[in-house]
Amino acid sequence: MAIIVQRPKLKWWEQLYIPALFIGMRVTLGHLVSILSRKTKVTMQYPEEKWDEHLPEHYRGAPALVTDEHDRERCVACQLCEFICPPRAITIKPEEIPGDDKWAKVEKRPRTFDIDMIRCIYCGLCEEVCPEQAIFLRKDYAITGTSRAEMVHDKEKLYQIGGVRVGLVNKWNELK
Amino acid sequence: MSEAKTDLVDVQIDGVWYQFPKGMRMIEACRQAGVEVPHYCYHPKLTSPGNCRMCLVEMGMPPRPAPGAEAPAPDENGHLPISWIPRPVIACANTIGPNMGIRTTGPLTEECRKGVMELLLANHPLDCPICDQAGECSLQEFSVEHGKGESRFREQKVKKPKNVDVGPRVRLDDERCIMCSRCIRFTDEIADDPVLGFTDRGSHTVLTVYPGRELANNYSLNTVDICPVGALTSNDFRFQMRVWFMRETNTIDTNCATGCNITVFARENKIYRITPRQNNDVNSDWMPDSHRLNFHWIESEARLTEPLVKDGDHHRIAGWHEAIATAGDKLSALDGSEIAVIASARMTNEELLMVKRLVKHLKVGHVDTVARVGEADGYLISADRNPNTNGVKLVLGLDDPGSQIEAIKLGIEQGRIKAVIALQENLVDDAGFSAELLGKLDFLLSTYPLANATADASDVVLPGACWAEKSGTMINATGRLQRLNKVVDAPGETLESWEIIRDLVQVTGGGNGIYAVSDLFKQLAAEVSEFKGLTWGQIGDLGLPLIETGVTIPALDREKQRIASGLIVG
Amino acid sequence: MDWHIIIAAVIKIVVFVFLVTLPMVAMSVWAERRVSAAIQDRVGPNRVGPFGLLQAVADGIKFLLKEDFTPNHVNKFYFWLAPALTMVPALLTCAVLPFGSQLFGEKMVIADLDVGPLFVFSIASLTVYGIVLAGWSSNSKYSFLGGVRSTSQMISYEISLGLSIVPLIMIYGELNLGRIVQEQAINGWALLPLWGEGLSLKGFILAIPIFISFIIFTTSMFAETNRLPFDLPECETELVAGYHTEYSSMKFALFFLGEYAAMIIGSGLAVTLFLGGWSLPFGWLAPSGIDAEIPWWHGLIHIGTYFAKVIGFILFFIVVRWTLPRFRYDQLMRLGWVFFFEIALFNVVLTAILLAIFK
Repeated sequence: MAIIVQRPKLKWWEQLYIPALFIGMRVTLGHLVSILSRKTKVTMQYPEEKWDEHLPEHYRGAPALVTDEHDRERCVACQLCEFICPPRAITIKPEEIPGDDKWAKVEKRPRTFDIDMIRCIYCGLCEEVCPEQAIFLRKDYAITGTSRAEMVHDKEKLYQIGGVRVGLVNKWNELK
Repeated sequence: MSEAKTDLVDVQIDGVWYQFPKGMRMIEACRQAGVEVPHYCYHPKLTSPGNCRMCLVEMGMPPRPAPGAEAPAPDENGHLPISWIPRPVIACANTIGPNMGIRTTGPLTEECRKGVMELLLANHPLDCPICDQAGECSLQEFSVEHGKGESRFREQKVKKPKNVDVGPRVRLDDERCIMCSRCIRFTDEIADDPVLGFTDRGSHTVLTVYPGRELANNYSLNTVDICPVGALTSNDFRFQMRVWFMRETNTIDTNCATGCNITVFARENKIYRITPRQNNDVNSDWMPDSHRLNFHWIESEARLTEPLVKDGDHHRIAGWHEAIATAGDKLSALDGSEIAVIASARMTNEELLMVKRLVKHLKVGHVDTVARVGEADGYLISADRNPNTNGVKLVLGLDDPGSQIEAIKLGIEQGRIKAVIALQENLVDDAGFSAELLGKLDFLLSTYPLANATADASDVVLPGACWAEKSGTMINATGRLQRLNKVVDAPGETLESWEIIRDLVQVTGGGNGIYAVSDLFKQLAAEVSEFKGLTWGQIGDLGLPLIETGVTIPALDREKQRIASGLIVG
Repeated sequence: MDWHIIIAAVIKIVVFVFLVTLPMVAMSVWAERRVSAAIQDRVGPNRVGPFGLLQAVADGIKFLLKEDFTPNHVNKFYFWLAPALTMVPALLTCAVLPFGSQLFGEKMVIADLDVGPLFVFSIASLTVYGIVLAGWSSNSKYSFLGGVRSTSQMISYEISLGLSIVPLIMIYGELNLGRIVQEQAINGWALLPLWGEGLSLKGFILAIPIFISFIIFTTSMFAETNRLPFDLPECETELVAGYHTEYSSMKFALFFLGEYAAMIIGSGLAVTLFLGGWSLPFGWLAPSGIDAEIPWWHGLIHIGTYFAKVIGFILFFIVVRWTLPRFRYDQLMRLGWVFFFEIALFNVVLTAILLAIFK
């Protein structure tokens, strides 16, 4: 469907563009003056100033695995996050929980759980898809490293970032 | 044909009239009409107990007129009006009759399916995140298609045994079991090892293995395939990979001459599992466990990945160019009668054609393959453990493969044979050549996927691709031409045998212009009379009968009897 | 050979070109980034040195240390030649710009040519060869389109640029830039005839064609230097980076520097022609004649005045860039050929008539 744009009828002095130039410059110079006189302040000087205390509840930082108050690693290696991950940042190798383990009835856990933080786009789909409430996006945003290998978060690192989360649904309770 | 036509009856399925042979199961009639009736317990290769109740449909017959009343008149097409029965019937065990009506949709069937699904899920543990079946689970699929979406069951679910070892290769989770009894019927009817059964009653019914016995027969993993839910899982595949990640490739089993049709599941160049693929002329729906699990060696540490050339008493890595050139120098210097070629009946027809070229080009005096004979198990495993013995006879032209091996050994002993080219065969372990005997040779070239004693004795060792890494055709024991398809990429510098032989022919002065394995099939079709006029695409996924061998497969013979006696649909 | 002249010329070249103009190029890049940041409510480079002033040094080091990559598919000879062809003409034009009156009796111009503006135009038009060669030799579609656009744009605007200063030359009857400035110092700037002989009816009437000239000259200068609103040869949104898409490291830096150098020379020329060059307004401290003796501190003040004016003009360049959106290509060509060319021609005729009347 074609949309016909109504072009404004310009007066002859408007067609010279010179008045428009000065109107435009009034705007840009206005900003220039107000920023130089420190009337407005928009940018934050990042490493010195931080926004950490203002981060919203829904802020999406680095994904991490959590344990619960029963000291159980919640991930059961269903690999749904690996499947949903748009940049394929997650790699999971599952394994069977040995029979003498306290949580042997859960049967399955990740042997390795790697998130390549170079690939991660912080979309939060892994958190959304997780049927076990095991992966959460934390507020950590300054994920840096000096090598590619350092940027791959392994299982240990992920649990270290994630820590313990209480009050989640205890699916694997004594009734299960 | 005309005789069969007289047996056809008119059946109305979802408002459309079809003609099917009388006595056909309703569920099969629906399937042929393009309507899928959801089911759990029904399996065309097993008897129908009708215990899952998922396939309930609405049925109707022409009204029976009251005494004295006038019979209803048929319409212009000869169909009588249908009076629908107000309660559903199971489609899997009922057969069709003349002028029958079947409704697979509508409020009655939909309500029935919803109810059945709700009851099946009432005690289901819903542990899909840790269940290997997730992704190919009928319970998941039908729950989405026909289920309610939520449960009204607020009470405590029944606890049942989980993670039970019922056999060396199969794990049982009773909470997931929906009592379809497919596995019980399989072990009873097909595997003749009835060790499974139900105990207890009502919602406490559990699937159990007979006390003191275990599900250990060589077909036990087929129960995992036919289990519609995750109750039976394979120990080998357990927790290895989710099914939705894997790419499926249709190919054939190369462990014996039967050539079971299989689907190989692989992800990122790693094979995770093999399942049988239905081919009613070869393996029905089944395959033996021993063949199914024989793929882990493909990833073995012992895989050869680069061509090696012997330098003094140890091997060093050489490029293909150098390795082939070395072999070419040695072979060119010898007379054809001093060379023996030992090919393999595990090679494809295309590769065997290349072997024939090599033999002709070098005027080789001695050619044979290694025979592998085992015991037939009376089901699917053939006594001949080579997958392509018929191909060797047909393409390479050997009348009795394996008969010349002793003569070759003697030739080496007497010094008449100075060079051996062992293609995809392990002479020391599989053909009884001693390392000492091989040491008498001037030159030994071997290709094989794995490092072994023969490779150790070889002057030039070339890495040859295994069955999962190449494409081609093979002829099974019954004379059926079947296609082998490439599943994963060969590791390192590994090449397919036909490429290796082509390079050998080329370096010794023979020319050819073969760049793809499909070219070889075209030449096969031109040169071998049995292949005349065949094309690669014609063979299809199920293969086609090529020659008459008179060999039959016992499991298929029994299946045919059971179909004839009406026990199963087939 | 008079060693005195050669040594003076070398000192002037080294000081004016390499110690002033080139650092000014670097600083104008910094200024551009700071000003644009302020206009857009940002901060801009403020980390390297006080107020980020050393950012230019850091950029320079980065350009020197980056991998000097020559793609395989380019025509190597012309690919290497092009950046030099852009940078060299831009700096060559410095030769005739009078950046001060005199210091210790030495004229503050490298080459006191009697054909100043003609020299500038002839050398500046060589820049187009650098760009068209870069576009062509890069062997890539974006570079090629950028090169073609740049060529046609520069050719179009060169005409009006040249024509726009003809009235000025007619009025002064002079092609030596030094003497033009001297004239303006005493008798009022071309655009601001408020003292001396300029403060007359003739002066005010003649200011009309000069004002028209100034507008055309400035606008054409924008187009010549490929800056917004006429940066079509580069326009990131369409051509990645235009003719220098395939360039990296110091070769890219040469294009970059050439562009800014052209901007500084353009500003210098505009200042010299229209705004009295090194002279102070109202005839303050104006030397009585081109060869008149003046104290050394007068000379220094004149040099300072010149650079203050140039810097002001550069800031104007920068603010315009961050104010106006880019023209469409057909609008650009229309503006050049249909309006500026005709207006500049008409302006020449008008000046001639006015000069005939006010003889």
